[in-house]
Amino acid sequence: MSPAATETRSVVVERDIPHPPEKIWRALTQPHLMAEWLMKTDFAPVKGHGFSFRADWGAVDCRVLAVEPNKSLSYTWDAMGLESIVTWTLTPKGSGTLLRMEQAGFRSDQQQAFQGAQYGWQKFFGNLEQVLARPD
Amino acid sequence: MPDTSDVLFKTLADPTRRAIFERLCRHGEQTVGALTAQSGVSQPAVSKHLGVLKQAGLVRDRHEGRLTHYSARAGALSPLIDWTRQMAGFWENRFDALEDLLKRMDQ
Repeated sequence: MSPAATETRSVVVERDIPHPPEKIWRALTQPHLMAEWLMKTDFAPVKGHGFSFRADWGAVDCRVLAVEPNKSLSYTWDAMGLESIVTWTLTPKGSGTLLRMEQAGFRSDQQQAFQGAQYGWQKFFGNLEQVLARPD
Repeated sequence: MPDTSDVLFKTLADPTRRAIFERLCRHGEQTVGALTAQSGVSQPAVSKHLGVLKQAGLVRDRHEGRLTHYSARAGALSPLIDWTRQMAGFWENRFDALEDLLKRMDQ
């Protein structure tokens, strides 16, 4: 396999958050809090735990890969043919935290995933826009 | 744009085809013969791959005498880059929602 065949794409979002890692960790790992900013979920911070995120438009199937309380968390993120891994990293910075999210995957040798992703994410974002446009 | 990125995904899913495209990106314009020498597959196979790449808008050809030169088209991959940007947009929005939540949460 050529190097390009295992190449991955990734999306990284990094932000300084004026709250301590412990507090952010709760928002990242407690289902009732996760539902408020991400999606409804039956997540548990246990390695190997299978869970899903659910919304009106469908579901994301996940499995916990690694848990290091208050420091890092990663899980698989499979939605509509798109296979990827989401990794959260929390680094204390002053009185706050540098929060980093990396979604890696989208291997270019996964034709099916790519096709699915193309279809799925379009739908995903279409639905997301509807959700966001809804009055609170 | 949706159809464009679907075609790009399908076109670049083939490892041999992708290798040819990458070679054109890295080394500039090449003849079919030069590409064949590097690809490990037959010239008709390379020509076929180039045809698919051309149809997807990833390469352009230029005829000079009996030789055809191929080059990668700048900006051909922009629909895929836009897609990655969409993903980033999703997570930026989630970060905003997370920060709102953190403000409401007790220490």
